[in-house]
Order: sequence, then structure tokens, then C-alpha cells
Amino acid sequence: MSVLEVRNLEKKFGKFTALDGVNFEVRSGEVFGFIGPNGAGKSTTIRVLLGILKANEGEVKIFGKDAWSDAVEIHKRLAYVPGDVNLWPNLTGGEVIDLFVKLRGGNNKSKREELIKKFDLDPTKKCRTYSKGNRQKVALIAAFSSDADLYILDEPTSGLDPLMEKVFQECVLEAKNEGKSVLLSSHILSEVEKLCDRVGIIRQGQIIETGTLNELRHLTRTHILVETKQPIASLTELKGIHEVEETEQGLSFQVDTKELDIIIRHISQFGIVKLESAPPTLEDLFMSHYENKGEREVGGVR
Amino acid sequence: MGQNAFTNTGKLTRLIFRLDRIRIPLWIIGLAIFTFIVPPTFDGLYPSQQDRDAITSTLANPAMTAMLGPGDLENYTIGAMTAHEMLLMTAVITGLMAILLVTKHTRADEEDGRIEMIRSLPSGRLSYLNATLAVTSGAFLLLTLVIGFGLFGFGIESMDLEGSLLYGAALGGTGLVFAGVTAVFAQLSESSRGTIGWSVAILLGAYLFRAITDLSNEALSWLSPLGWVTKAEVYSSNNWGPIVLMLAVAILLFVIANYLNSIRDLEQGFIASRPGKRNASRLLQSPIGLAFRLQRTGFISWAIGMYVLGASYGSIFGDLESFFEGNEMYQQMLQLSEGASLVEQFIPTLMVVISLIATIPPIMAINKLRGEEKKGRLDHLLGRAVSRSRLLGSYLILSVVNGFVMLSLSAIGLWSAGNAVVENGMDFGMLFGAAFVYYPAMLVMIGLAAFLNGFLPKQTSLVWIYILYSFFVLYLGNMMQFPNWVGQLSPFGHVPQVPIEDATFMPLFILSVIAVGLMILSFIGFRKRDIAN
Ligand SMILES: Nc1ncnc2c1ncn2[C@@H]1O[C@H](COP(=O)(O)OP(=O)(O)OP(=O)(O)O)[C@@H](O)[C@H]1O
Ligand SMILES: [Mg+2]
Repeated sequence: MSVLEVRNLEKKFGKFTALDGVNFEVRSGEVFGFIGPNGAGKSTTIRVLLGILKANEGEVKIFGKDAWSDAVEIHKRLAYVPGDVNLWPNLTGGEVIDLFVKLRGGNNKSKREELIKKFDLDPTKKCRTYSKGNRQKVALIAAFSSDADLYILDEPTSGLDPLMEKVFQECVLEAKNEGKSVLLSSHILSEVEKLCDRVGIIRQGQIIETGTLNELRHLTRTHILVETKQPIASLTELKGIHEVEETEQGLSFQVDTKELDIIIRHISQFGIVKLESAPPTLEDLFMSHYENKGEREVGGVR
Repeated sequence: MGQNAFTNTGKLTRLIFRLDRIRIPLWIIGLAIFTFIVPPTFDGLYPSQQDRDAITSTLANPAMTAMLGPGDLENYTIGAMTAHEMLLMTAVITGLMAILLVTKHTRADEEDGRIEMIRSLPSGRLSYLNATLAVTSGAFLLLTLVIGFGLFGFGIESMDLEGSLLYGAALGGTGLVFAGVTAVFAQLSESSRGTIGWSVAILLGAYLFRAITDLSNEALSWLSPLGWVTKAEVYSSNNWGPIVLMLAVAILLFVIANYLNSIRDLEQGFIASRPGKRNASRLLQSPIGLAFRLQRTGFISWAIGMYVLGASYGSIFGDLESFFEGNEMYQQMLQLSEGASLVEQFIPTLMVVISLIATIPPIMAINKLRGEEKKGRLDHLLGRAVSRSRLLGSYLILSVVNGFVMLSLSAIGLWSAGNAVVENGMDFGMLFGAAFVYYPAMLVMIGLAAFLNGFLPKQTSLVWIYILYSFFVLYLGNMMQFPNWVGQLSPFGHVPQVPIEDATFMPLFILSVIAVGLMILSFIGFRKRDIAN
């Protein structure tokens, strides 16, 4: 079952098309990573999900309700953290947290105190004196101390230190264990790798890939380093071989992961002395998609 | 520090000049038009000295002196008339221009983090402030020349080159003084709202102080920068002394602002931030509570200001009364409208000014919604269980209540001071009624602001132009003998002149209907548009 469904979402700012037919869903109980280069349309999508922007075209449903017309109902069960947290300079952090929690309708005092302690925030300070990270903590505490079913987080950790980043990850996992769903947009790949069940990659206003990390990995290349007794014949003629290079340690090349089986069979005929393989890193995965070359692989897993 | 503190001031001056290349010319053109339409009109309406002398009798009373300042009524040429009727009010608007321009490039830029970027570049610590002051000073020099040569250019006999330049210089000088005042408050206050608030308070304070001292003890008016404007005696004795004084004070204020800027940290004021509440009070925990909290300080200051304004005008009723008692001709002239006392004749004239000023805070209250949107803070509310209607409704209610309070307080101020000084006391109900006939017109302005917010969010400031227009046509209406429709383009032009006239039902009802209609429409627009920052 999906808590969030986006179908053919299109959003124009004047003549500029920011979202050009976005499709994805977030299933109940999963953490969905939403990634893509700067200006790809992540924040725009999220603002449409929140009913802050009105879509030109397409259907956006959260909890089965329309994101625009039923915004208030939806928001009673949803918590949002923006990346750029702009607060009222003359209110204290504690006041803002209370206000936010109250406006959603929930009220969980003990959770609030616990999170304030965990995130190490001084709630008696005026927002004008907070650092970027501290402002983000205010938004995070307000979000996680409210009892929501869906968390929408737009680069929530861009200002947090590594220690706080860890606290954040605990909060997300805790929410997930309670069966909550999370939409997490982030540029921090290690965070996405650790937290997300599935990811969607958006570029130039279109989702170019969705799937579990494992599924996506199959779409990229594995690094191979081999030394064989005899030189490997006609390696370059095989499908899915790239960037072959003679090095001192042996022959280095990259293989499209789905061709791996055939290639290894082929090499093994020449007497393997040494074989090292490195799985594609998340970085490779994203690079291949972020760069324009990525188009070559588009359309694999859906 | 030394020299380094001013590195790259020149480049930054050019940058600010570029940023303001539309705003500054617009202000100057606006002020120039405001000024230039007057002398030819007076020339047409009051061509002979007799015509003009006739009208001085209606001007030579304390109420007019409080509003316009003293004028050269003995020798009321077209020039003296223009200076008397227009100069002080134009100077107040010029002061406002200085406040807005300087705040924009001092506290507002600092608050939004732009100065941080500038400081990270090889520019001096004081460069941006001085670049701002340089551009502003340039703007006022230009204003002086445009007005000076422009007025001279009409070729009206009584308006010689010296007087015209002095007229311009009185405006430019006032601008410089208030640029200095604002630059100082930009250092003291921690927010751009605070900077504007304090500076406007000084501006209004200077106006009121001058009004009172012009009546009681003219020498004391030298303490108010706006007193200097009339002391220049433009087109009569052409006294340049006040202009020199303005320049000296402006330079002193610039130096103080520089000093304060050099000893404080970026993004700080001089009042250290104390720890605040750990939890939100019950009041704060709703959109309307938040909206009120954000405007509380401004609301209280305006409330005090409106009371003081009312009381200042009220305090001249006594002078008015004794003035009339000794003036038979006046009594005969004013016998025309029966039933109202002599003092009451002046109430509508005062009320239109008071009610237009009282319209400013409620418009600020409703436009705050757009301000919050631009800062991206509405997302926090709309991203939670707050509907757009509730949000707009909260700001609208606050604005409507705000207007009610402001109008009430000015009426109470007027009454409390007036009642004390007028021999037989004043009727509170009458004064209150005279104030509240303007409420529907005020609601139309609020409705218009809300409407713009719903349908043309980028144009919300248009409502200010409309208010300025209303002020302009109603303030000058009698003098300039505009055709009726000019005044009636403003909602304030339809308000019956209580207590001279009866409070007729129809115009007030129609105004209210228009106001409500605009408000309803605003909800429709606000519900279906994008929230953007
Ligand atoms: N109000 C607006 N008017 C015009 N264009 C806009 C507006 N808001 C966003 N855009 C454009 O839409 C595109 C998508 O922007 P968006 O903020 O969604 O990117 P993003 O994926 O969140 O990027 P980042 O990773 O930098 O946060 C950008 O090209 C941006 O310039
Ligand atoms: Mg973004």
C-alpha cells in the first residue's frame, strides 16, 4: 500500500518547466530517498506535496487524499522539515517547537524534552541567535516529537554535525520501526545508503530511476582487476566491458553488472591468478545518473 | 582598522546605486510631481493678491498652524503660499523616503545575510554603511536640484532662483537628517522593523513637537528638525541658517552611526539578547496568536503614537476657541453651518488626516502576511494543519481590530486633551462618531490590501500608493479646488463630514459592502495561488 502517490506531476513557473511528468510512490512503512542534482526539482516536488504550490498537471495523493484540496486533513498526519529553516527572530526555540507541535494538533511533552536533550538544544534562546544547525534542530525536534504517519524531510541535515547526524538517523529508524513512512531528500549519500529502502532519482524535472539500492546497483558497473596466466583474448569485443586498462597489478576494467556472469566465465578460460572486484559505490551510481551520460542506462528497473 | 575600514566603498556605492536605480528616481519623480502641480494651480486659482489675502483669513488660525507650520501670511505671494501649504508635508514624506531607503541597505540587508557576503569580500567594515549614505546623499542632492530648478522654471514672479533652491534644499536637508537618524537606529536596533519603527517615531515626534511649540513658544520649535523647515522662511526672508544646521546635524549623525557600527558585531544590536521562555504560552499556540506576537511591539508603539497624535491635535482646540472669540469676522464666516460649534468646524479636516494615518498600522498588519511568505515562514504553518483560509483570516481579523483600536485611541486622545482645554468640555460621543465614520473607508483599504495579497501578491505595495493618493487629494482638496470625482476616487472622499454633516447611512453602507466584498474575494485568490518565496 502506498501512502504517497505522484502521477504525471507537472509544474511550470511561467514558461519554465520545473517538473515535467514526475511519477513515484512512497509505500507504507518505508524510507524513500529522493535524490538528484541541484535544481532538479526536489524541493519543488515537495512543496507541491505540501499543497504550498499548485500543480499544473497530474495527480498527487497522500493517504489517498488530494494534496491540494485536502491539505489540512493530510497535514494533521504529516511532519515536514525544510532544508532552509527560517524562523522568527524574536521567538525562542522552545516557543517555536510548541507552536509547531500545537499547530499539527499533537502534544507529546515527554518526547519533546527527550529530543531537546538528545539534540542538545537550548530552547530558551531567541531564534535570531541560533546557528543554521540549531535552527534545523528546532524543526527536527518539532517534527519528531509530533506523532505523524509520514515525514517529509527536505535536506534536513545539511547543517548538522556528525554527532547530530547520527541522532537524526536514529530518529528516522525509530520512526520506521514504528511503521511510519519517510520521504527523505538528501545530498548526503552515506545517509541515503544507511536509511533508505528505496530511492528515486530526479533530474531536470523527471524521475529517471526508482528502485531499491540493490536493484539500482545492477544498473551500474563493477570494477574488476585480474591477472591471468595467458593474455585474455577478445575481451574488448564482449558486451558490457568498459575502460580497459593495463596496469602493473594486472588488467583493470569495468563491467556492466548484469553482464558479470558471462564475462567471468570468459576470463576463467585463461587461468585466473588473481581476481579483485569492487562493487559499484553509491557515488558511481549517482555520478552515472547525475552526469548526462547517465541516459544510456535509463529505464531499467521501475 | 583606519583606512582599511573604507576599502571598496566606491565599488559598493556603484552596486547600491545600481540596485536602487529605479527606486530612487521613482521617489524623486513622485516628490517632484507632488510639488510641481501646486504653484501653477495656485496661480490659476488665486491670480491676484486680493484673492490670496482673502484666503489667508481662513488659514490664520492655530489648527492650520499646527498642521502646516507658520507661514508668511502678511505677504502671501504664490511662492509664500506654496511654501506654507506644501513644504512641511513634503518634508515629512521626504523623511519617510530617507528612512525606507537607508533601512533597506543597512539593517534589512544585514538581517537577510547579504552584508555577511559583502564583508567576506575584500571590503571594509564601514564601507557598506558609507556607500549607502553616499548614495542616499546623492539622491537628496539630486532632489534639491530637481525641485529647486524645477520650481524656478515655472517663471512665477514670487519664485526666484534663491527661494526655489532653498525650497529644494529644505527637502534635501530634511532627507539627510533622517538618513542620519535611520543610520543610527540601524545600529541600535536588531531588526529592520525596529529601525523603521524608531525612525518613524522620531519623524512623527518631530512633527508633533513642532506643532505644539509653533503654537506655544516658537523658539522651542528650533529643537525639532521639522521646525527648521519652516524656519527657513522660503520665498519670504530666505533664511539659509536652518539648512546649515541640517547639514551639520546630518554629518554628526553619520559620524555617530559609523562609530556605533565600528564597535558592534555584525547582526547584533546594542541590546543583548536575553534568554527567553522555554515553552510557548497558550496565546502563542495558534496562527492568530503567532501573528499577534510578531506584531506586538509595533502594535503597541502605534497605539501610543495614535493617542499622542490625537491628544496633540486635541490640545490645540483651546487655542482655537480663544482665537475665534476675538475674531468677529471669522465667527460670521463660519456661521454658515448651523448647529456645530466653532471648534467642531475643524474636526472633519483633522479627522481625515488622523484616519489616514490610522490606516497605516492595519495595512502593515495585513501586509505582514506577504512579508512572512517572502521569508519562507508560511511553509511552517501551511505544512501543518493550518488552512489557508484560517491563516488569511487570522491576519485579516488582526488588521480589522488593529484599525478599530487605532481609530478609537486617536478619538480618545483628541477628546481627553480637547476636553481639558475647551471651556465647556467636549462631547465624547460626537468625537467618537466623527472618527468612526472613517472606519468603513479604512476597511476598504484593508480589503484592498487583502485582495492584492490574494490575486497580485507581488503588487501588495500598490495599496500604499492608493493611501498616498487619498492623502494627497483630501489634504489638498479644498485648496486646489479639484473636481469632485478626484476626491471620490478614494474611499475617504465619500465619508460624510461629521459633525458638520449628518452621518448619512448610504455611503457608509456601500463602503462597508465593498470592503466585505474585497475581503471575500481575497480568500478565493489566496486559496488557489502558489505560496512562493
Ligand atoms: N518560484 C520559482 N520561480 C521560478 N523558478 C523556480 C521557482 N522555484 C523553483 N524554481 C526552479 O525550479 C527548478 C527546481 O528547483 P528545486 O528547488 O525544486 O531544486 P532542488 O532539486 O530542490 O535543488 P537543490 O538540490 O539545490 O535543493 C530550479 O531550476 C529552480 O530554479
Ligand atoms: Mg532543494
